[in-house]
Amino acid sequence: MLQLLLFNVTNGVIIGAFYVLMALGLSLILNLSNVINFAHGGFLVVGGYIAYTITPYVGFWGALLIAPPLTAVIGLVVERILIRPLYGRDPLYSLLLTFGLAFILEDGTRFIWGAQGKPVSVPPLLSQPLSYDFFFITGYRLFMVVMVIVAVGVLFALLRYSRLGIRIRAGTLDLETVSALGVNVRTLRSLNFAAGIFLAGLSGVLAAGQLGLEPTMGAGLLMPSFIAIIVGGVGSLTGTLLGGLLIGVASGVTAVFLPAASEAIMYVLMAVVLLVRPRGLLGEEGMMT
Amino acid sequence: MTPANFRKLAILACVWALLILAPVWMPPLGGYTALGTRVLVLGLAAMSVNFLLGFTGVLSFGHAAYFGLGAYGAGFALKFLAPSTPLSLIAGTLLGGLAGALLGMLIVRRRGVYFAMVTIAFGQVFYYIAFQWSSVTGGDDGLRGFSRQPLDLGAFKIDILSNADNFYYFVLFSFAIAVAVMGFILRSPFGRTMLAIRENERRARFLGIPIERHIWIVFTLSCFFMGFAGALYALLNNFADPRGLHYSQSGDFVMMAVMGGMRSFWGPLLGAAVFVVLQDYLSSVTVNWMSFVGLLFVLVVLFFPRGLLGFIRGKAAS
Repeated sequence: MLQLLLFNVTNGVIIGAFYVLMALGLSLILNLSNVINFAHGGFLVVGGYIAYTITPYVGFWGALLIAPPLTAVIGLVVERILIRPLYGRDPLYSLLLTFGLAFILEDGTRFIWGAQGKPVSVPPLLSQPLSYDFFFITGYRLFMVVMVIVAVGVLFALLRYSRLGIRIRAGTLDLETVSALGVNVRTLRSLNFAAGIFLAGLSGVLAAGQLGLEPTMGAGLLMPSFIAIIVGGVGSLTGTLLGGLLIGVASGVTAVFLPAASEAIMYVLMAVVLLVRPRGLLGEEGMMT
Repeated sequence: MTPANFRKLAILACVWALLILAPVWMPPLGGYTALGTRVLVLGLAAMSVNFLLGFTGVLSFGHAAYFGLGAYGAGFALKFLAPSTPLSLIAGTLLGGLAGALLGMLIVRRRGVYFAMVTIAFGQVFYYIAFQWSSVTGGDDGLRGFSRQPLDLGAFKIDILSNADNFYYFVLFSFAIAVAVMGFILRSPFGRTMLAIRENERRARFLGIPIERHIWIVFTLSCFFMGFAGALYALLNNFADPRGLHYSQSGDFVMMAVMGGMRSFWGPLLGAAVFVVLQDYLSSVTVNWMSFVGLLFVLVVLFFPRGLLGFIRGKAAS
């Protein structure tokens, strides 16, 4: 029993870490540009497939290094051509546009790589279980969590200490003033969008090693990220981090007692948070309410 | 009679004439009556979304949930309660509307993108319930094993099951009632208040209008309309589909409203007609229809943000 519980809590943490990575990207874009990026799951899948395609040439480690920036470049182009014209308009429009974009990305990956799922192999170094007693903690899962910790650490450090990061945080609070101070807001938004898509691409590469690849997998991973953001509080990246871990662990623990409800628990958690604390756990008062 | 009034009446007459004569003019153009019925039902759903979006300025991206609940409500009533078509419509409307009323309380205090996100997430709850609880809902296969019943008017019965034209007129009649109620609300002082909230929420608040309560009422009303449309959809298909609850269906409804013209009463119906016919056509000619529908979203947003009717009016004005 204890081992079962431990197994599912570990599972929850790993899944939670994964939601965190995805939700942080969404949250970055949402906070600065007020765009709900419905295509985030689509970018995740594209990142995974890019890694799948280049692995034979550059190996797993090379793909891990190259695929996320490539995805970010695609994101940059999309932002420049499709999303930039919409910044001045009602958020409804960017929502609808990215919604359509998600269709195109899903169908596009199906067109290029086929509808069949693709198995992705990870280096033998990472695929072994760490010990007999804890058979469920494979090297790869541990590696995923470490990667998420590194990525989150780098992101938070950049936001805190780099000039770009400080500008992004300032822009989240008051974009107009930042613009008046002479910062090029267009570039800021583009780079911020690319950073968000970079995280989506990284999630895609990591997900590919764990779940395999399918054109439809992006849509399924999108909703938990939404919930992570709502639970954590819109406007707070730390909140998103907390929200993702919380729903991951909650669904992992629920899987022990009531497997059918492991997905539903996330929604229950969200409803409770909204009832008790409408702005989310770490949401700022008055932020986008 | 002023020319503006005259134009309004003329447009109204045209819309109804087209709708009433649809079974006559559609087949020669390559359509079929069931397609017309689909347009009516989905058009009503898009108009219900627009009741909230276009007239109060509140974007719900999870309205398919109440549409789907209406469908399941109608299905349950036919399957387990009594074989009666009117009863199933009432059951569907109530299920969709009451669920909307309850959830509405949780979400009306949010605004803008946050409101949209919360509505999406709550909408998905019902999708998961329908998907997971297969012993009751039929799970992935959807709810089957019921069919719409003949209308019993005492003196005579109307067969709406096997006669597609009869069913079309039944749906048109239901559509007319719902649309009349919607139009009546919009003309009432309450409808004017909705517009005031859309135009300037802060000013409306200063005038003493209880914004949250009004938005909750509009949200709930639109969920009742949505449930009604969903119930009609279940009768149309004799089947309730979990995908009818999914957020991608909500996106389709919002798209229909935007594509037709959010600021006009009839716009969403036009949007639904274009969308349904286009989707029907595309999925018959290409397997990559998803890309084309996605492209349609992108193009409408970039080039026709005010919808077809807005575009036509803009042209006429200039």
